[in-house]
Amino acid sequence: MTAVATEPRRQGARPRRALLTVLASYLALIALTVVFVAPLVYMASTAFKSNQEATRIEPTWVPREPTTEPFNAILSRSEQTPVFRWFLNSMIAAIGQALLVVATASLAAYALARMEFRGKRVMTALIISTLFVPPIIFLMPTYLILDELRWLDSLLAVTIPGAAGALGVFLLRQFFLSLPKELEEAAVLDGASPFKIFWRVILPLSKPALATLFLLAFLTNWNDFLLPLFVLFSPESLTLPPGLGLLQGSYTTSYEIIMAGAVVATVPALVLFILAQRFVIEGVAATGIKG
Amino acid sequence: MTQGPSSIEQAGGGRPLPPLARAARTGTRNRAPAGGGKTAYLFLAPYLVLFTVFVAFPAVYGLWVSFHSWDLLLPNKPWVGLGNYRTLLDPGTATGGDFWQSMKATAIFTVFAVPLLVVLPLGVALILNQKFRGRNFFRAVYFAPYVLGVAVIGVLWTLLLDPNIGVVNYYLEKVGAPENIAWTTSLPWAWIALVGVTVWWTLGYNAVIYLAGLQDIPRELYEAAKVDAASRWGRFRHVTLPGLRPVLVFVITITILASANMFGQAWLITGGAPGNETRTAIMFIAQEGLQNFRLGTAAAMSFVLAFFLMLVSLVTFFFFRERRSS
Repeated sequence: MTAVATEPRRQGARPRRALLTVLASYLALIALTVVFVAPLVYMASTAFKSNQEATRIEPTWVPREPTTEPFNAILSRSEQTPVFRWFLNSMIAAIGQALLVVATASLAAYALARMEFRGKRVMTALIISTLFVPPIIFLMPTYLILDELRWLDSLLAVTIPGAAGALGVFLLRQFFLSLPKELEEAAVLDGASPFKIFWRVILPLSKPALATLFLLAFLTNWNDFLLPLFVLFSPESLTLPPGLGLLQGSYTTSYEIIMAGAVVATVPALVLFILAQRFVIEGVAATGIKG
Repeated sequence: MTQGPSSIEQAGGGRPLPPLARAARTGTRNRAPAGGGKTAYLFLAPYLVLFTVFVAFPAVYGLWVSFHSWDLLLPNKPWVGLGNYRTLLDPGTATGGDFWQSMKATAIFTVFAVPLLVVLPLGVALILNQKFRGRNFFRAVYFAPYVLGVAVIGVLWTLLLDPNIGVVNYYLEKVGAPENIAWTTSLPWAWIALVGVTVWWTLGYNAVIYLAGLQDIPRELYEAAKVDAASRWGRFRHVTLPGLRPVLVFVITITILASANMFGQAWLITGGAPGNETRTAIMFIAQEGLQNFRLGTAAAMSFVLAFFLMLVSLVTFFFFRERRSS
């Protein structure tokens, strides 16, 4: 509880006021923590309640008689709401899209940052300007294209189109531009091919940037709601977000079952966030500074 | 920052080149630092395929579709020119009326959500910008809801806001609020719920962006302000705010755009109720196009909405730029 310093503070300058500031700051921080954590605690606790307890008027923050019944229900009664299948689908789509983003964006960003070719400026401007186009204009044509490709109701529909976004190219281009050129020049002297330089010199140096992009892409896809809601139809091809919508529609008052589904959708995202908190937060901060 | 291929030339310009650099220079004559021409296109190819099929082409195709009466359930998709737009711009027609109702809903949400999402995260970022123990812990806690995604947020708050068994009403009634507030089916409660949930969900995201901006403001400026005996408010007003201006413009812009794209919260929490009062533009467009399969009208609506969004972004941008130069 010691080292709170509001900007570098002069020693002994009005110590009482400083102490009050410290106390007020901690109080605010703790109050906010309750506001942000309590709903999540309630979600988890409801997922381990009986239906009777989940629909009681008096809320219980810790289940009185904890039960895994809600999880059994969504994992066994699985024809209309195969939650485990949705989990796998979500994993495949999110990992697939994140890998596709990292692979295609790193290659393209490297060319845009480091190579000379005709139309480079126009192409860079064109790609980056799409970041400012409201995404809604892509929804109808994307649906028609997916229909044409016979990808509707398949995981391809929620894996591939999202990988075309320009954010990855934009972020990695910024990153590659910040690397010193001497790195590649030495490799050119050794007669290495452009791809070898990219693979052996650039990518190893870019691991943190690539990891950040992978995480952001994974989370974006994992949480994507609008597109999967309308391009996936049959229960077994859904991902978790539209699946949660279906759970809500099918078990209107069985909140414990809906929350069990929500927990399944939450745990991977939250675990990933806790493990790689710095990458995720700094990735988000970077989009702000550079944007 | 780093220049094009000419940087080697520039670096050596005028001065005699050291042997290594000279070798590099001749070495790069045939081959730019990391290849060029055909190699560059090879590197770009995989992304460009995606970009063409799912960004560039759809942008044009969407416009094309919007000029047709494009009903998936009908065999013919006749050209109607600006017909769809004309219908939309006439609030007297059924579709036009519904569309402007949904645009109004989007506007109401944006007007209430944006100020809160610009001011509150700044306050949180200012607290987090102090040096104290556990700072990264709190930052992570406030950011956490954002990594959950709108579907989890939607079903979770549907439970919390349930008029009969929800915890929100339970505790509000304890402190004397009216009984059984219908958060999801009556006004103004539905708006308060949607705005509140969205603030809860995305506050941490904006706070993280502010925090990065705050940390970029040079310490010396604060020191100088202290020497001038500036008060805490004075330092905020004359050092923090001007230093934060570009980040502030960025946060305002992305928050306006995100709010105007609000969909999932309304879909899951209110379902557009009461009536169509909270049915946002995105929700109406998606329903019209992908549930009723009137894609021509829906595409036209997308472009009208996009037009407004770009207008708002431009106005924000120039408004803040003007203020800066004056």
